Amino acid sequence: MIRLARLGVIVFAGGILVAAGAETGRIPADQLAKAARSDSITIPTPGELFTALEKSGKINWAGQYRGPMPVTYSNRAQIALNLGGLIADGFIAVEAKDGQQVKNIGSDIIKLAKALGVSEKLLGRGSSINEFAENNEWDTLQEELEATQNEVKSSMQSHADQDLVILVTLGGWIRGTQVVTSTIVQNYGEQSAKVLRQPALVHFMQSKVNEISPELRNEPLVKDVSNELGKIEKLVSFPPDKAPDIEEVRKLNEAVGKMMKDIENKEAPK
Amino acid sequence: MKRRLLIPLSVLVLVIGVTARGDTDAEVQARKDALDLAAAFSNDGFKIRDGHWCGVVKPRDHSLVAVNLYAGNQYWFSASATEPAKKIAVSVYDETGKQMTTESYDNGERTAAGFSPQSSGQYFVSVDLLEGDQSSFCLVYSYK
Repeated sequence: MIRLARLGVIVFAGGILVAAGAETGRIPADQLAKAARSDSITIPTPGELFTALEKSGKINWAGQYRGPMPVTYSNRAQIALNLGGLIADGFIAVEAKDGQQVKNIGSDIIKLAKALGVSEKLLGRGSSINEFAENNEWDTLQEELEATQNEVKSSMQSHADQDLVILVTLGGWIRGTQVVTSTIVQNYGEQSAKVLRQPALVHFMQSKVNEISPELRNEPLVKDVSNELGKIEKLVSFPPDKAPDIEEVRKLNEAVGKMMKDIENKEAPK
Repeated sequence: MKRRLLIPLSVLVLVIGVTARGDTDAEVQARKDALDLAAAFSNDGFKIRDGHWCGVVKPRDHSLVAVNLYAGNQYWFSASATEPAKKIAVSVYDETGKQMTTESYDNGERTAAGFSPQSSGQYFVSVDLLEGDQSSFCLVYSYK
């Protein structure tokens, strides 16, 4: 700990070692195309999105809660998508600094994760979430939620359920985007709307969905979500220096809202 | 005090996480060192993303990974390489491949680039070997 603290002093107080790097180069498109891309580093967490949104002013996070959802789904793709959405809800509750809501969501996350047969170790995560929520340790809670999400995904991979991993990620992105667009529509600002520009991210998630097994990809819910994702890619594609206007944000909010409705619908998959 | 205790605890948890995923010993060490560096930025309110990218850094070669960043956030990309690498660099490029202006922390085989994007979207982080020979590296990032 002393070593870490000393390093912190070097970096932030020393000043000597911190310098601005200059713009010196360019990487050609063919090399960029070969860049590594992975779920764990290329796709941002809901927490990163919410952090960016908060820069434009105080957000009424509690106003973005949704009602209790069923945790009795039987379709595995639907469970995975809802699990991702629930984890995003956990991030919202952390932003709202609402310990009871975090505990409720943590409990639902564990129930859904168990329905997918993921590791029993997750039960320990549930206890940690409760403990951190009781002690108002919000930063640690955010890390714990992220670690829980990664543990769910890691467990899925070890159970040959890797196709479900992208659905968890996608569910989290859809719910996060629903909340952010709803917030921006309620209190529009160009700076906050700028966070919605994510064409490459949506394209990457779409490509990952296209890689999953044909059996899972052809399930009606997954098919619907995948089709909608293609439309959403257009809605989040605008020039880097332009922010979407309020009508464009509203359209995106309606599109992700429709997806969330399908994902939550108890009767969706046949 | 509690926060100061939690930072190394988080690093420990993250390192335990990686060993379970079967990275090589060199990558595990590189990740531990990168997390140690990232933990220093936590003192200034940066949250460490529970994700990493490990690989091999070679002379005259960009090791590139795509990331998606949000305008308004500040980021630090922290990387570490193991011997025989002596000095590495971390750089950030926009979606057209243009190099971005970054802050940098440089300590030989451990280095970091700080970046605050003006536009949301895809960026590329490059880890380059400046001195020494081919070796394993690991990159983590933090944000606030």
